[in-house]
Amino acid sequence: MTKWLSRAVPVRGSPGTGELVVNSTSWIDVAHDVSSGGGQLASLWTTSGDESGNHANVRAVFLINASVLIVTLPIVDDSLSYRGLETLFPSAVRMQRAAFDLTGIRSDAPDQRPWLRHAAWPAHWHPLKFPAMRSEIAAKSIDNYEFVRVEGDGVHEIPVGPVHAGIIEPGHFRFSIVGEKVLRLEERLGYVHKGIEHRFTELHLFEAHRLAARICGDSAVAFSWAYCQAAEGLTNVRVPQRGLYLRALALELERLQNHLGDLGALGNDAGFAFGLAQFSRIKEHLLRVINGALGQRYLFDWIVPGGTARDIDAASSNDLIAFAHEVASEVRHLRQIYEEHSGLRDRFSGAGRVEVQLASQLGLTGLAGRASGQSLDLRVDRPWPPYDQLAVTKCVRQEGDVAARVALRFDEVQETCVLIAKILRELPWGPVRVETPLPNVPGFAVGLIEGWRGPVLIALQNGGEGKISRCHAHDPSWHNWPVLEHAIIDNIVPDFPLINKSFNLAYSGHDL
Amino acid sequence: MLKTLRTIAGIGIVTEPAPASDEMLWVRHSLQDEVLAILGRALCIRHVDAGSCNGCELEIHALNNPIYNIEGLGIRFVASPRHADMLLVTGPVSRHMETALRRTYDATPDPKIVVAVGDCGCMGGIFGENYASCGRVSNVIPVDIQIPGCPPSPRRLLQGIVTAIAKLPRDARVTE
Ligand code: SF4
Repeated sequence: MTKWLSRAVPVRGSPGTGELVVNSTSWIDVAHDVSSGGGQLASLWTTSGDESGNHANVRAVFLINASVLIVTLPIVDDSLSYRGLETLFPSAVRMQRAAFDLTGIRSDAPDQRPWLRHAAWPAHWHPLKFPAMRSEIAAKSIDNYEFVRVEGDGVHEIPVGPVHAGIIEPGHFRFSIVGEKVLRLEERLGYVHKGIEHRFTELHLFEAHRLAARICGDSAVAFSWAYCQAAEGLTNVRVPQRGLYLRALALELERLQNHLGDLGALGNDAGFAFGLAQFSRIKEHLLRVINGALGQRYLFDWIVPGGTARDIDAASSNDLIAFAHEVASEVRHLRQIYEEHSGLRDRFSGAGRVEVQLASQLGLTGLAGRASGQSLDLRVDRPWPPYDQLAVTKCVRQEGDVAARVALRFDEVQETCVLIAKILRELPWGPVRVETPLPNVPGFAVGLIEGWRGPVLIALQNGGEGKISRCHAHDPSWHNWPVLEHAIIDNIVPDFPLINKSFNLAYSGHDL
Repeated sequence: MLKTLRTIAGIGIVTEPAPASDEMLWVRHSLQDEVLAILGRALCIRHVDAGSCNGCELEIHALNNPIYNIEGLGIRFVASPRHADMLLVTGPVSRHMETALRRTYDATPDPKIVVAVGDCGCMGGIFGENYASCGRVSNVIPVDIQIPGCPPSPRRLLQGIVTAIAKLPRDARVTE
């Protein structure tokens, strides 16, 4: 593995990141070595060729300890398929299927069903390959997706969605059950695919952070930071220290908001409405304090190329510190109540368990990964500024059930409250933002951020004059959705909402 | 259990009274009567995410927290369009949700009110219209009220819903 790393060419502007252009033999060799060396597939996507003679390619990003290795396989003839990585990294299957839908570049994997494409455009049309939308692509009927059928005595199917009963995003779940017990779950996503990667190519390099923030609303800070990190990499801009700290503040506030929301919802899904009332009350107060301090409840567009949109004043900073302290102590109290509540204990423990070994085999990542012994946290393992100065304490659990994912959120709430106070106390003086000059040559850079759900990646390729030629966005849900299908096996159908919530995966962030 | 009860008692009721001197004052005091007068029961809302980034959903969720306490106003989120008086639709409508949205609309009994939520629901937002996105909600189904914002605050949402209630025809009342 080190051999590949040492051959990789450093990606200008993305520290600790190397790129390796390979042929189809070493494409598989690298993947093999990374897999056997315990590295992870962070993302995989394809790019179509263009008029100016750039070849099509498929790219895989691997995480190897603290290093990021980008492997690029040029595709000279896009009627030929490349070797799929799904046997080494199971999460690659859906990424490969999605890549084909968008660009027409095909892997040789056995599962060739469409993934992001439903009936909205025909199979021979690829939105990132044929630039303009043509009217004849419109097709309106519902398509026939081939779900895997489970046969047997007493087996029947329950289809759920895409529109669900609660206030949640759309997706389809097909359960094969016997009695109440789930034999198999098959997910179908892509309902909220709205052409985001295509839309990027229509926006200016320094305005597209707004689109990045809207890839997945609950991870607006993570995605816009990843985007800006990549855009700044292309221009070699150095964000001022204060700007970096204020970005980290936003990222931790986003983590806190989501964890509070989830902890309430998880209590509720287990029949404890008190939990929802309490956590949603604390969350609302938090949003108001954030609104007072930073001028907005949710931090869309807080992170901008070159730094942050605004500064924070001393009084607001003190308010936030005091409130973080209050949240920590209130949540400690609620944690005791949750832990002593026999009904919650009963519903949480053992439900939706993903054993450590399965988690590692399937590539479970982020928050859900850390609840199943997969200890990666980029804030600790690959600390980007200012996390290199913040000394985050990592929270990891081994049990891998709903209880562990709840406990991990409780742990992380405490750590995040500490971080928020620390960031604000140590806030360096100076400007929060610098000017960003346009890059004068085409280039490629990646941004990688540990969002509340897990590692979020943006790969950005610019053309001339502030144009974006390709922007690929990757949410950790790509890795974790397939694992949810395993987590539910042998559980009962009524436990699905709870187990699903304990993962809380993205639809929009995944469907793009 | 004791701890839970003590916490409940200790925190008390956090639902906010109306802020003075604006239309919300009217809202808080008479909304429930208004809903009763028009419908004779709670107003039922069916939320449909037709392609949102999930940001609008976060603020719609907040309406259920004890501070906005939307149920206390006689407004309820329901699980089926068949029980709904109002559809609350977010997102630019993705082409993959277009049919589901139309069907939900058709399944909602008349008279029905459609509220489009967020810059996306009102104008298509930053996504606009493309091969996968139909843009604003009114490109797909008739819309009565629009609540812009990205995302709109819970307060704006409440105001929009209230405005929509006033639009409900009086004969919507269920006669039993
Ligand atoms: S209006 Fe804003 S928050 Fe709402 S769905 Fe659109 S981008 Fe997301």
